[in-house]
Amino acid sequence: MSEHQHASSSATVSAFSAGRKPIVEMRDISIAFGGIKAVDHASLELYEGEVVGLLGHNGAGKSTLIKILSGAYQRDHGDIYIRGEKASIDNPRDAKRYGIETIYQTLALADNVDAAANLFLGRELKTKWGTLDDVAMEAATREVMGRLNPNFRRFKEPVKKLSGGQRQSVAIARAIHFNANILIMDEPTAALGPQETQQVSDLTLELKKQGIGIFLISHDIHDVFELSDRVAVMKNGRIVGTARVQDVTKDEVLGMIILGKCPPGAIPGPGALNG
Amino acid sequence: MTQSPETRSDPALVQEGMITRFLRATEIDTRLLGMIGALVLIWVGFQIAGDLRNGNGVFLTPRNLWILLVQTASIAVMTTGMVMIIVMRHIDLSVGSLLAFVAVVMGYSQVYILGPWLGVGHPAIWIISVIIGLCTGALIGAFHGYLISYAGIPSFIVTLGGLIVWRGAAWAVIRGETVAPMDERFELMGGGPFYSSIGATATWIIGILICVLILLGIRSGRSARSKFRFPQRPIWAEAFLVAMGFALTIGTVLLVNSYYFPPKLAADYAALHNIPIPEGGLLISRGFAIPVLIAAVVGLGMTFIATRTQFGRYIYAIGGNPEAAELAGVNTRKITLLMFTLMGVLAAVSACISSARLNAASNALGLFDELYVIAATVIGGTSLAGGVGTIYGAMLGALVMQSLQSGMTLLNFDSAYKDMAVGSVLVFAVWLDQIYRRRAN
Repeated sequence: MSEHQHASSSATVSAFSAGRKPIVEMRDISIAFGGIKAVDHASLELYEGEVVGLLGHNGAGKSTLIKILSGAYQRDHGDIYIRGEKASIDNPRDAKRYGIETIYQTLALADNVDAAANLFLGRELKTKWGTLDDVAMEAATREVMGRLNPNFRRFKEPVKKLSGGQRQSVAIARAIHFNANILIMDEPTAALGPQETQQVSDLTLELKKQGIGIFLISHDIHDVFELSDRVAVMKNGRIVGTARVQDVTKDEVLGMIILGKCPPGAIPGPGALNG
Repeated sequence: MTQSPETRSDPALVQEGMITRFLRATEIDTRLLGMIGALVLIWVGFQIAGDLRNGNGVFLTPRNLWILLVQTASIAVMTTGMVMIIVMRHIDLSVGSLLAFVAVVMGYSQVYILGPWLGVGHPAIWIISVIIGLCTGALIGAFHGYLISYAGIPSFIVTLGGLIVWRGAAWAVIRGETVAPMDERFELMGGGPFYSSIGATATWIIGILICVLILLGIRSGRSARSKFRFPQRPIWAEAFLVAMGFALTIGTVLLVNSYYFPPKLAADYAALHNIPIPEGGLLISRGFAIPVLIAAVVGLGMTFIATRTQFGRYIYAIGGNPEAAELAGVNTRKITLLMFTLMGVLAAVSACISSARLNAASNALGLFDELYVIAATVIGGTSLAGGVGTIYGAMLGALVMQSLQSGMTLLNFDSAYKDMAVGSVLVFAVWLDQIYRRRAN
């Protein structure tokens, strides 16, 4: 059954994207923790300059699916294609090589070091002697932070002393500086106040304009509708369906999230309620 | 004392502002100041206590301070690694036993293998045995690191096992004997014999080199920051830092150079080298002792690793947030393995210093050293929660611990009371640190 569903959904999606090739294709991905199937034969595509909102309850499998793409988890089954080519992503370093950057819900920053050290963590700039080039890293950090958050001055302090919004802008700066072309935002505004949330939203649209493909994971259906081109809904580890935001209403999407019921405007996935 | 905030006098407030501004401009770590303050207090306190009790205090004499530095060297070397281990949220309980094992391996190889093979006193003996020792330390450290990072056994358990295993292994190598004497060149690393200190001239050269390095360091920092037009430290703050660095360096040079060899030894030396003995006796300065220089070089090297290399950066990042480091693409397992390997090497360096100082290797060497090393590291401001700690802080912590011990020895304290005092100071120091942190946040 899932074979058939997969084929039909691919056909419709390519119709939607008018012949463009997806930059990310996750095909038939599964992962289990112990006996629990956290992600169960899920397939999902992402196109250039597109924001795909990934929705679902806690434990629906959205974060797990996306962590497979970012290399944090290793899938049990399925393939990932980047620009049509099969990609081997077994750890976060692999993912970064494919231009995949992730902004995590939990603000994955090392709290005890400064903004520049976090921005370049894992990809430090070095002097010709092989030592850390802290000055060059600080310069690059000042440049990119100046674009994101012009009021930011606290370059020398450990990031635990920064506010939630400042910390999130450090995380986003990391994605921008390294020219991500696939960006994963896992609940990027969960820890932020309203003004900072607005800042992140503006930034998301700006990045989209630059042609970056974005997976946006969120609980907040209003946020998702405002920013996304398409939504994909997961329930119990399976894709209930995907839909362009103009083809469905918020209530219909809520029905997908809560009941797993796929409305007529959406393309049903393997997790859709039958009948 | 009981003044309310409103009635606090204005000058106090102004002064507070000035101190804060001063600290901000010079970027001096306030906890470092606190530690130096504590050290001065301890030193002066023991001097006064000696004056009162014995009629003349000997704590603040060149002789005592010189010996104090030599006694601190072995523990100080190991604290530099322990800081980084604790920063990355691990612990190493095995360093004392590892020290003993490496020491008996080196002693055994000198006395039973290299001596008979090359002839006792051969100049290559000490080099070969030091290499054997460092490799042994590295291998054991790497083995611990492998069990911790790849087999996933907690470092507390692996190194607790190591604490027992390597002490036993040390006994097994030499069947509980004490191996002595060590090679006479090897012995120089302990700071005991005549040539184990470098003399006045070499000490001055090193002192001046350090001063030049301080100047160069400050200058290159300024030019790098001006290239990118970053805000600079004010000139007066830079000048103050340079002045402090110079004062400390030259003060230390003067101190170690004013500890002379006893007249008898100096006379022997003069007779050997046909130097006429002037009126009032021959004064030969000791200068820096070799173990102290070893500790200083290790301290500088480890500070370089911790602050200037990617490896050091990763250690702090892992300590701050292991998950974030892993997600950022840091190979945390490899870093853990390397760090424990490095700790093994440092324990081997300490094994050289300790066994050379004793001029013997026994399986009782370095007993309880792991506890002194961890205590010194924690007194030096390293947080057991991980992520926070400095090499210089830990080395100062080692100096504080050793000062307490030798101060109490000079006052003829029973060793039982000494232990009780040292243990209490550890707890007290961490309590003070907790209060400081709560205030700072």
